[in-house]
Amino acid sequence: MTPIISVENLRKTYKATVAVDDVSFNVTEGEIFGLLGRNGAGKTTTVECLQALRNPDAGRIRVLGYDPRTQAAALRRRIGSQLQESALPDRIRVWEALDLFASVTPDALDWHVLLEQWGLTEKRKASFASLSGGQRQRLLIALALVNNPKAVFLDEMTTGLDPAARRVAWGLIREIRERGTTVVLVTHFMEEAEALCDRVAIVDRGKIVAMDTPQGMVTQYATGVRVIFTAEARDLLWLKDVAGVKNVVRNGPRVEVEGSGPILALVAAALVARGIVPADLRVEQPSLEDVFLKLTGQDVEE
Amino acid sequence: MRTLARLTWVEIKLFLREPITVIFTLALPVIFLFVMGGVFGNTPDTDDAGMTVFRGVGPLDYYIPAYFALVMMAIGTVALPVHLTAYREKGVLRRMRASSISVWALLGSQLVVSLLIAVVGSLLILAFGLLVYEPHLPQQVGLLIPAFLLGLLCFTALGFFLGAVLPSTRAAQGLGLILFFVMMILGGAGPPPEVLTGAMDAIGNFTIIRHVILMLQDPYLGFGWNTFASLVAAGVTVVAGLLATRFFRWE
Repeated sequence: MTPIISVENLRKTYKATVAVDDVSFNVTEGEIFGLLGRNGAGKTTTVECLQALRNPDAGRIRVLGYDPRTQAAALRRRIGSQLQESALPDRIRVWEALDLFASVTPDALDWHVLLEQWGLTEKRKASFASLSGGQRQRLLIALALVNNPKAVFLDEMTTGLDPAARRVAWGLIREIRERGTTVVLVTHFMEEAEALCDRVAIVDRGKIVAMDTPQGMVTQYATGVRVIFTAEARDLLWLKDVAGVKNVVRNGPRVEVEGSGPILALVAAALVARGIVPADLRVEQPSLEDVFLKLTGQDVEE
Repeated sequence: MRTLARLTWVEIKLFLREPITVIFTLALPVIFLFVMGGVFGNTPDTDDAGMTVFRGVGPLDYYIPAYFALVMMAIGTVALPVHLTAYREKGVLRRMRASSISVWALLGSQLVVSLLIAVVGSLLILAFGLLVYEPHLPQQVGLLIPAFLLGLLCFTALGFFLGAVLPSTRAAQGLGLILFFVMMILGGAGPPPEVLTGAMDAIGNFTIIRHVILMLQDPYLGFGWNTFASLVAAGVTVVAGLLATRFFRWE
């Protein structure tokens, strides 16, 4: 598969601050690619460079074959952008905004369908100022899609959405991908990256510190799978000899076995071999959040 | 072109939904006209000392074309700069740029809306003047129309320039209102220039509106084309327009 977006050695500084420092990645057509990081990590600057909204200091970027530095106008017509810190005139009506932004290209989508999909039909005649935060956000996402883009950039798209609306939004983004649109998602929200992204790049202090599928990331970086069960047997220290087990912690009847690799199966087999059959044997897998904390050393949702 | 047409139509509707701008650009000049008409009437007047005021014509014949210019100035010093800085401040310009709405569509739509406001505002002034005071009708319409268009271009360019360089909506409101009232009073849309002191009159000569008023009054009153005034207006248009495109920022 040829990359639809390629970034090589991207660098952007604001005076003395290095916002993006030697970032490289490719995005394949039809992929949902996530940039995950805390606020100020350089995610937004990176995608703004891709959308020809900022000029990078160095690096080579191609989006749909266009160079954002020299072919900005042609590029912007073919991509969709949902930006942080953007707005519409207070008194513009929902349908007027969609109608206006659809006029930039002859092959725009039917905005009535977008109104329906994003739950804005009842609000079609409402002014932008009268919309709630979630309704505004949904309108701005719909605007990013109305020009029928080949690639769409969504920067913190579920900010301001309640949990139910968030799930609906995820479903709609998956549908967009099914139709062949490539999605670049900027988020600081672990669950969103895990639920939606085919591949994730973790961005920290202007650099990409890891890039993989969410599952691959967990497998590669997270150690400390924990197998938990309750057992009456007193001496369970022999469990330390099972391959992959690093530690056994006993807390009353509750036993926690820490380790890595396929320890659930191995521990279970060893227990059964000794006649111990706990009814509540379960495993706690590390999540993307554990990986993130390990790689960046800080809490993303600070 | 499609985007320009759509955006212009949206901007017309947005203008009509903004009561304060409608009052400032359309109602205020009419109110001033009634005040001036009430104070001075429309009889040409040479005062006791033998000084000619209002260029020797009836006060209302003087003020009607002057207030065409006042509508244009309300657009150029206040309405446009406030509109553009508010768009920048809120991220509307950022949103437009990301959706490939060009600077030409943006400014082109504002120019068309400004022209419509100026035409409607001027017709309102003429209509209310005619209703109450029996002023003269425009004498040289063939010259008045190009003078009107040049005056509008001049103040629209000024509005684009102020909208490009002023950092915030508050700055645009503050500076815009000061410019508007100072230029109005010293430039010939307040008291007649003949009664200003020498220093005031000298300053008035450096206001843009003084020249736009003369450029409009001369064909309106049948004095012909005012070459000097039109050159000043053209100069302001070119310089302000170039500076506006040079300093225009999306965010």
